[in-house]
Parts: sequence; structure tokens; C-alpha cells
Amino acid sequence: MATKILTEHINVPGIETFDVYRKQGGYTAVEKALKTMTPEAIVEEVKKAGVRGRGGAGFPMGMKWSFLAKPEGVPRYLVCNADESEPGTFKDHYLMKNLPHLLIEGMIVSSFALGANKSFIYVRGELMYVIRILEKAIAEAKAKGFLGKNILGTGYDLELVVQPGGGAYICGEETALLESLEGKRGNPRNKPPFPAVKGLYQCPTVVNNVESIATASWIVNNGGDAYAAIGIGRSTGTKLISASGHINKPGVYEIELGVPVEDFIYADEWCGGIRPGHKFKALVAGGSSVPILPANLALTLANGDKRLMTYESLSDGGFATGTMLGSGGFIVFDETSCIVRNTWNFSRFYHHESCGQCSPCREGTGWMEKVLHRIEYGHGHQQDIDLLVDVAKKIEGNTICPLGDAAAWPVASAIRHFRDEFQWHIDNPSEATQPGAVYRGDMALV
Amino acid sequence: MEDVKPQLLKVTIDGIEVEVEPGTTILQAARKIGPDVAPPAMCYYQPLKGSGGKCRACLVRVAAGSAKDPRPMPKLVASCLTAVQDGMVVENTTNPQVIDARNGIVEFLLLNHPLDCPVCDQAGECDLQNFAFDHGKVTTRYEEDRRTFEKHDIGPFIQLHMTRCILCYRCVYTADQITEKRVHGVLGRGDASEIGTYIEKAIDNDFSGNVIDVCPVGALTDKTYRFKNRVWFSKPVDAHRDCPTCSGKVTLWYRGEEVIRVTARKNEWNEVTEFICNTCRFETKKTSDWTIEGPTKISRSSVISANKYRADAIKPGFGQRLAAAEYKPIHDERDTSQLTIQQLPPERFAKLPSAMEPEP
Repeated sequence: MATKILTEHINVPGIETFDVYRKQGGYTAVEKALKTMTPEAIVEEVKKAGVRGRGGAGFPMGMKWSFLAKPEGVPRYLVCNADESEPGTFKDHYLMKNLPHLLIEGMIVSSFALGANKSFIYVRGELMYVIRILEKAIAEAKAKGFLGKNILGTGYDLELVVQPGGGAYICGEETALLESLEGKRGNPRNKPPFPAVKGLYQCPTVVNNVESIATASWIVNNGGDAYAAIGIGRSTGTKLISASGHINKPGVYEIELGVPVEDFIYADEWCGGIRPGHKFKALVAGGSSVPILPANLALTLANGDKRLMTYESLSDGGFATGTMLGSGGFIVFDETSCIVRNTWNFSRFYHHESCGQCSPCREGTGWMEKVLHRIEYGHGHQQDIDLLVDVAKKIEGNTICPLGDAAAWPVASAIRHFRDEFQWHIDNPSEATQPGAVYRGDMALV
Repeated sequence: MEDVKPQLLKVTIDGIEVEVEPGTTILQAARKIGPDVAPPAMCYYQPLKGSGGKCRACLVRVAAGSAKDPRPMPKLVASCLTAVQDGMVVENTTNPQVIDARNGIVEFLLLNHPLDCPVCDQAGECDLQNFAFDHGKVTTRYEEDRRTFEKHDIGPFIQLHMTRCILCYRCVYTADQITEKRVHGVLGRGDASEIGTYIEKAIDNDFSGNVIDVCPVGALTDKTYRFKNRVWFSKPVDAHRDCPTCSGKVTLWYRGEEVIRVTARKNEWNEVTEFICNTCRFETKKTSDWTIEGPTKISRSSVISANKYRADAIKPGFGQRLAAAEYKPIHDERDTSQLTIQQLPPERFAKLPSAMEPEP
């Protein structure tokens, strides 16, 4: 049985209440951290653990914490990014809904480590019922003396605020999130300065994902070395993967990093294989923004080794043959999926969600969407494929925030690996526009 | 006390070294060298705090971060926001990646910006026109419908035509920073976003007219001047008056004996030096209201100088040099064996002045 760090007690009835959570060993990290450890020692443990940001970028969390500026007389903030809204990613939602106290415990420990006395959980506005669950849990923790003034008599104060977001994907970008939290339009800020220097209300701020913060209490309880022992190489610990698509058992799974992709898809413990009678065609490994991979490349590296569920292995070979672990939004497509339609659908999302601040993203995302729409509906021209590649290239890397990259990668990678399918749409418009029509040509199915 | 001068930082832009004070951005350093290496700026506007970083027109490549850490920066950076470091090496017009990115930016900006220069009031003093001339291509690959808007009524003096807007946010910053009651901002998201006023309100305050001056394209125009003249037929003259509200230092635009437009004075980068009030701009249009100082200094390469000087005095800009460098004969499949075609001599292109030739 694989090690479970976050979801160990998820099936215990009533785990969302304080008493049951406490009975399962909850809030011991708060006691240990506040009573026996210094903030620096906690940061050190997190650094030792080597936990990488679980929101998608994979930046080492301990390093991010150590970058936090500490000027005198200026408050510091911890903001939990719970604005999860990447298509295919739903693990934070699952975690907050089922284990609200796990997040709150992590927030207390992390806030203490960073010296923050007021922390925010910025939750996607659509998840109103999750916000209520969190607020109820915060009230319980406060009543038991784990939040508020003078926590457990240690002299440490912490106020935890749950803030519903405006319901925009861009508000999940850390600086746009801070703008939104300040009550402004959720436009990303230009960096530098980074939030660690000037974040919320121009004060030093750390923005972390729900899953990253939730691991903090386990690290405090068990030590950074114990965490680093799980996983492979620089991909330490466990990761929540939200698996969806044409698999037998969609859902959220906690895996130790290092599980082979093939095992994750086919083992009964996790996805349980491709749905009966169908074959594996393509994989989006880390949420819709990461490059899509055809089945053969998804399972093996360019050198023939098995591809593993780690940051390094998934990105092996760069964008030519690799992808990214991203936020763990694992979407599996079988041979009934039309890659063109799927890419258009992703593109439609990014077009809708672009904030419109910088010109490449504002104009480029819409352009790509319209061209893809045209190809999908049988009005594509031969030059459209190269046009899409070129537009994606002109957006990528030239925007204020990574939304431009997120919009460009799925399109560029789909054409890189499934060019035949785009070509088929252009060459056979009458056939391609039939309901349910899918390219059945020379495709590597597994 | 001895006056301690801050240590100057050395930065090399397109092979030209310049010394600047700490805190200077790459764009400012490049402007110090001159217009030949200054990156174009559609949204950056020096008098406005917080502007810049949005249009991405000024992207440059940093080939070496600093003398201490000479690693190149992985991505192109917005030169209007990036502060220089000692020993930084920047590639602007010398880097094909930068030129390529700018070609892309022009194409993006022109997707939804109509090329109605023949009827647009901004023609001749439009930043986008200059930018497109320097970096654009003659054709577009965009086949879809362009977005269009009904005209908004935002008051008696200013005409907002969103169809032409490129969402540089300059007018929003202006309204935010120099006027008290801000009623306009950006509504909507992505390519559906637009400059708008709060429930069709008029922009109504003493300094509202400045949004016209900062607009890089023809989205915000002066209702008292619209369709009266083309800019190259008018003659700009510096003048001032004793104004209780603003500095009263303006540029008057003459057609014959008549003042047809009043604007704030602008520097060589087309940026307002001092914002002016609406009374000066819209209501005092008689020569007797003003003390004339003399003709406004206009760059020779500006279209405003056309018809006023000898044609050969216009110095070709970067765009023409780039076009000459990229010149390819048009591919023509027709049988031309029977025709005598005069080939253009290559010396014709070699004669173009080099980047650093001083103005005569």
C-alpha cells in the first residue's frame, strides 16, 4: 500500500469536523510547531523536504519561503491559492471539501513559519459550499483555541480569512490573485517585484497552493527528511492527481511521485485502465495547459525507459517529446477523441479567460480559437496549420503572465504530435464535420 | 556636506555603451542613446506612473544580465520595466528574435485595429502607424471578422471610438492620476475588453482632455477638431497663456490664420511634457488669447514636417533600413523572356544611411 500523506484519513466518517479530525491525530503539528519549534526551524524542515509547489509551476516551496523579505514593522502575509480552475484539475476542491481542517492546520503552521498574523484562503467563487465548509471549520478551530489571539497560550496570533474569488481563471495567477484580493480587477502584475518582496498591499507575501500548504503539517510532524525519503530524486513526497477522461475509475488519487505512468493508468489501485473495448490515444498529464502527448510518448521516454509520474520524467525531452506534471490534472483520451475538437475546446477556454491586459494574449488567444474553430467545422485552409504554430510561437514567452504560454502550448503540441489529424480535417471537410467523426488514420494507439 | 554622486551603471545597447543612473530602465537608457536604438512603446508613457508592460512592443533580449552575473535572461523582457544592471548587454534591433516578436506584436495589434488611416484623425501622429511602418508586414493573415463598436458618447469634447482602441490603458492611468473623479476604466475580459465609462457617463472634469493626447491611436479624439484637417497640413506653434488651472504651455495648430487645435506640448517620444486643462485645450482658440513663442520643433522624419521642407531632408528610419535589408525580388512566374526588365542596381540599397549617421 502506497504511503498516503494527505488523504490517509479521508474515509473516516465525520473527518470534516474538528473532533474527529483531532482524534485522528489532527492539529498535533500546530502544537509541535508553536510550542517546540522556531519559525526558522520549520522553514528549514520544509527546505529539507524538497516539496515542490503543487499548483503547477513546481517551484521549491522551502526556497520560496526563504525568499520572503522581512523588513521591520511591515506585516507579512500568507495567501493560500485555492482558485483551482484549470480544466482537468479538481484535487484542491476535493481536499478542501473533505479535509478542511488539514488545510487549516497547514495554514496555521505555515503562517507561523512565515511570521504572518493574517492569512487568506482565496477560494474560487463558484465553490460556495466549500467556502461554507471552510468557514465552519475555521469557527471550530477558533473555538478550540487553535486560531485567533494567543493560540494555545504561545502568544502567537493568527486570523484566517476565507475570500471568495471573482470566478476568473486568471485570478489563479499569483499576482492577479493578489490584485483581486485587494479588491481590484484581477490583472496580473508585472514582475519583478515578486510577491515575496511586494505582494498583498505591497507587503511581503507568500502565495502557495492548497496541496502545498496541506503538506506542511505532515512535514512538521515527521520531519523534512522523512518527506524527502518518499518519491524519486528532486520530485519528493506524494502528489494528488485528479484523473479524468476515458478511464475506468476517474477520481482523485494520492500517489508517491515516481509511479510509472503506465501503472497509474492501468493498475486497479488507480485509474483501472482505459474503458473497455477502447485504446489509449493521448494524454494531458498536468491540466489542460501542458502539452498533450500521444500514447507511445506518454508511456515511454525517448530512450525507451518507462515514463514516471515525476516532474523530471514527464518533462524529459523538453516539449519535443515531453510535457509537464503541472497541477496533476491527468486527462486520458481514447481513440474516439478528436484532437482538433479537443484543442479547439481548450483554446476556447483560454480565449475566454484571457484578462486582455497584454496584446499577444488578448489578440492571439482569440485568433487561435477562431482558426481552430474554422478547421473543426470544415473551413480550414492548408496554411492554417502553420499559421497556428506561428501564432502560438509569437504568444509564448511574450506575455506578462504564464496564461499566454498556457494557451499556446496545447495548440503547438497538438499540432506537433497530431498534425495528420489537422491535415485530415482540412483535406476532408465533409467527412470531418460529420457528428462524432474522428480521424482513424495512422495513429499510435496503445 | 559633500555631495555624493550615485555610481553610474554601464549598459550596452545594440553595441553602443551608455552610462546611466541606478534605477533607469532599459528603455530610458536606450532613449538616452537616441531614436535609432530606442524600442517602440505603445503603452509606456513616462509621465504616467505604473504605465508600461502591457503592449509588449518594447521587448528586448538581455544577452548578459550584468557584469557580476553575465548569464542571458531566458525570455525577452519588457524594456520599459526592466531596470539596468552594471555591465548589462541588451540586444534590440540587432536581434532577429526581437524583430520577430515585434512583427508578431504589430500583427496582434492590427488584428482588431481598423486600417482606416485615411479617415482617422490620428493619421500622421499615430504611434501604431509608426510602429507598423517599422515592423509590420504589408499583408495580414487574419481572416475573421474584426470587432466593431458603436460610438460611445462620453461628453461634449471627447470622442471615444472603441473600434480603434488597442487597450494600452494610458487613458485609464491618466484619468486615474491627474483627475479627481475617475469614471472610466476597462470593462470586460480578453479581446472583449473595452474602455468604457461607468454606465454611459460623460467624462467631465477640468483635465479630461488629456486622455486625447495620451491615446497612441485614434480611439480618443478631440470633438472640436475632428475632421477639420490633416496633421501634415497644419503648422504647430508653441504658445502660452496665463492660465489659473494649468501651466498654460501648449502647442497651437494653425491652418492658415486659424487655430484649429490646441494640444499639450510633447517631447520627441510623443509624450506630454505638461498636462493642460480643458479651457486651454477646447475653449481658447483665438490667436489673441495666446502669447506665441515660435514654431514647434518637429523631427524631420515626422510626417508633420512633410510639405514644409525639402523631401530629401527626411532621414529614413529604422523601418526603411529593415525593409532594404530584407528586400527580395517579387517572385513572378510569368514568362518574361520577351520583356526587357530593368533590374534595380544594388547600390541603390547600399546608399541608405547607416544606423549611427548623425543628422545633417
